Amino acid sequence: MKFAYLLVGGCGGCDMAIVDLSEKLVDALEHLEVVFWAPTVADVKYKDLEAMPDNSIDLGFVSGMVRNKENEHLVKVMRQKCKILVAYGICAALGGIPGMANLHTKEELLENAYIKSPSVDNPDNVLPSPESEVNGYKLTLPELLDYVKPVSAVVDVDYFVGGCPPHHEHVARIVEAIVSGNLPPKGSWITDGSSVCDKCPRNPALKGKTRSFISEVKRMHEGVVDEEECLLQQGYLCLGPVTQGDCGALCPKVGIRCAGCGGPIPPTTDFGLRAVSAITSLFENEKVARQALEKYPVFAKLLYRYGLPGSKLGEKVEILKKREVEAKH
Amino acid sequence: MSQAQAEVAEKKNEEWEPNILVIACNWCTYQAADMAGSLRYSYPPTCKVVRVPCSGRVEPEFVIEALLNGADGVLIGGCHPGDCHYKEGNYKALRRFEWLKKIVEELGIEPERVRLEWIAGSEGLKFAEVMKEFDATIRKLGPNPLKKV
Repeated sequence: MKFAYLLVGGCGGCDMAIVDLSEKLVDALEHLEVVFWAPTVADVKYKDLEAMPDNSIDLGFVSGMVRNKENEHLVKVMRQKCKILVAYGICAALGGIPGMANLHTKEELLENAYIKSPSVDNPDNVLPSPESEVNGYKLTLPELLDYVKPVSAVVDVDYFVGGCPPHHEHVARIVEAIVSGNLPPKGSWITDGSSVCDKCPRNPALKGKTRSFISEVKRMHEGVVDEEECLLQQGYLCLGPVTQGDCGALCPKVGIRCAGCGGPIPPTTDFGLRAVSAITSLFENEKVARQALEKYPVFAKLLYRYGLPGSKLGEKVEILKKREVEAKH
Repeated sequence: MSQAQAEVAEKKNEEWEPNILVIACNWCTYQAADMAGSLRYSYPPTCKVVRVPCSGRVEPEFVIEALLNGADGVLIGGCHPGDCHYKEGNYKALRRFEWLKKIVEELGIEPERVRLEWIAGSEGLKFAEVMKEFDATIRKLGPNPLKKV
């Protein structure tokens, strides 16, 4: 089975999750022939991928979101060359952490990163541009797109995998499923369908206790986290109830609330809206709901930390942002 | 924008009629709509009523889905606090609505396009008045930008 791996806008953490398979990866490599893994692992160039015949690769993984024109082009090339294309990791599947950039304009982002940031030394206020000339040499950079897009907004994706990064044991299950041909229908998430709460040792239901309502909302830096009790019961807005639990509830196990990197549990399509239903039903009264809104300066960044570009309203970002910009002028 | 274009846009705006979805709970707001009819109170024909068992049944997805599919405004009607047929459905609706409204606003849609209102079964007049008021609000805001796509 020919295998290709492309990292576009992501950080490389998802590549690490595959390497973390260690000896399982060695077993899997008996079945997989790595023909392309760039830019992180194999010594191949983008033009090598472009030169391969169409549909010649059996399985392709794309990790990272589409942030610039080069990403967009490469994802299209990957689609042409691969029979099965997997959006691997939450960035590729829904946009991930960088997807929160869609709450801002491109100009705001560039200004913050290259001019306003306190660690930046840029007296001439130089911004990256697609073409520039240095010492007589013409240099080019891929052009930044206006908005972050998940891979599925550019090409058809056969399977989605959540996680930031996906837990290596989950990756092992995915690889096994693919090698044995035991795959769900196209267009689905590869997950066991459980939530983080299903796997969480803090879950009162698993301990035979009943839940009580939340009377106060706390952020992670407030108070000391109890070792045993459910984080939601303590007032921390854990998104475990609506997040895929293939990670085995890693974060809640060490006292950190789930931020939702696993992606929505199928058939949920919009992570944030489902979280609204799930979490607010646990509140004692509407005052607690309002208290939560006051504690978080940008609420959408809590509920859509990992999935804004792939959410129902997030997909319409171009229209919504355009209006906002027009309204400002 | 040239003058001709402006005239066309203005004309389009005149022709445009709001499309308002009213999600009404079976026990109060839907009864109020009935009452408004019996008492001959008129309300704008732009308001289209959908009946649900309880305002607590309304998921945030319903509202967003409506906005994405051609609604210019969505109003959720439930029983007054304490009057819910299922005891606490309307309280749950309120908690959800607080968060939903904030998200809608942060993502760039006018929060006035979504509204939660308590209308009891006997308040036929209030139902008609709220519908008129909401219709006026939506007319002021103009067509929902998401509709054009």
